Amino acid sequence: MALRKPPLYDAYAGDASFTGFGGWEMPVEFDSIRAEHAAVRESVGIFDVSHMGEIHVSGPDATALMQRLTSNDVTRLSPGESQYSTITDESGTIIDDTIVYRLPRGDAEYLFVPNAGHDEEIYRRWVDHRDEWELAADVENQTEDWAMVAIQGPDAAAAVAGTTETDVASLSKGDIVEADVSGVESLIARTGYTGEDGFEILCPTADAGALWTAFADDCTPCGLGARDTLRTEMGYLLSGQDFDPADEPRTPYEAGIGWTVALDTEFVGRDALAEIDAEGPDETFVGLVLRERGIARHGYAIVADGEDVGHVTSGTMSPTLGEAIALGYVPTSYAEPGTEVSVVVRDREKRAEIVATPFIEDN
Amino acid sequence: MFEVPEDRKYLESHEYATTDSETATVGITDFAQDELGDVVFVELPAVGDEIAQNEEFGVVESIKAVSDLYAPISGTVTAVNEALFDQPELVNEDPYGDGWLLEVEVADEAEFEDLLSAEEYREQTE
Repeated sequence: MALRKPPLYDAYAGDASFTGFGGWEMPVEFDSIRAEHAAVRESVGIFDVSHMGEIHVSGPDATALMQRLTSNDVTRLSPGESQYSTITDESGTIIDDTIVYRLPRGDAEYLFVPNAGHDEEIYRRWVDHRDEWELAADVENQTEDWAMVAIQGPDAAAAVAGTTETDVASLSKGDIVEADVSGVESLIARTGYTGEDGFEILCPTADAGALWTAFADDCTPCGLGARDTLRTEMGYLLSGQDFDPADEPRTPYEAGIGWTVALDTEFVGRDALAEIDAEGPDETFVGLVLRERGIARHGYAIVADGEDVGHVTSGTMSPTLGEAIALGYVPTSYAEPGTEVSVVVRDREKRAEIVATPFIEDN
Repeated sequence: MFEVPEDRKYLESHEYATTDSETATVGITDFAQDELGDVVFVELPAVGDEIAQNEEFGVVESIKAVSDLYAPISGTVTAVNEALFDQPELVNEDPYGDGWLLEVEVADEAEFEDLLSAEEYREQTE
């Protein structure tokens, strides 16, 4: 199957190296992952995140449909607000995580963002359940209609303010507004995946180039490599890697995002999750720092007391800390920060310590 | 576009060995460091260890990738670039100079015949 090219592909094709990710051919690195990472931590970077899906839900029963297919409580959202949520199956296993935006216009109109490569599957799930439950809602897979860029870093607000008349500085975290960005009708949301202040801007695919150009002078172009090191430093989950219905089946409680589960609402997976919540999960998602030279990577075993107790799901050298950091699952009895474990790197045990996440200060 | 010095010979897997004395300096090429991106970790043998041509002798890791290192030449390790343990980025900054990996007492000079010349290696990377 051919990789899908993001609408901005031609804008930076000569400047980046590329990788296949979720079925999309995406820039992994422009200048250097380390330099891009530093730009986001210290000033501001721009990412093309058009590989993320966009599903639009509207109509009289839009809220009911969203409520019954996502774990969080959609009714808490006012127009122009967003929430982090998960999409679970009957057993409470996470199929995908997502940001649900309640659009600033209309009565109850939603745009939610499943991960790269999940848009078609999630769209089908929404349509099938709508039909089964006979709800009056329009569901549209708009992934190909929208381009999305993320402007992230301490100088993000200034960079975005320079492109629009809309008062973005006063937007609260998670809020979304309609705005004219350098002549492009867009949606600006104060959201991101880096741990820094930042914005994600959605615009029609055809206008993506103008949007990219508007930020080209002020923002360091960043690829998925830096996106990954930035989110790993925050302990944020990566769909398909830190959880995956086939290869890494996890509930929100195991994945450390139990706060996205509103048990007082009715949704697919709710009853299974209520049981798990009552008993507590057997395993949980933790941060680790290696105390010996080496780098923990996806799939490496975590051992303690001479036994294989868990495994790493994400790991890298933290550019901010200069230490090898990792995320993974261990039994809850080993999850306490300060617990000493080892990670098996190429058949050798490297000492590691369980630590609280985020690994760095949360901005 | 990438630097390929004439005073050394190359493996297809992007390691080099210098050819001007009985002790060869071993490292990875400019092309290889650029492909890897920011190098953050190297794992190397110890002084006194034997390495064998075309066999793995260590690992270099960048933020995004883990790569095995293959020996361009057989011999005994006489020096290891310990500066890389604290400054692995030297591999990016100066792959043919301060970013060298090992010095090896060459066991059999005839093995150089099996390596690529600078010109042959350059063609491979173009």
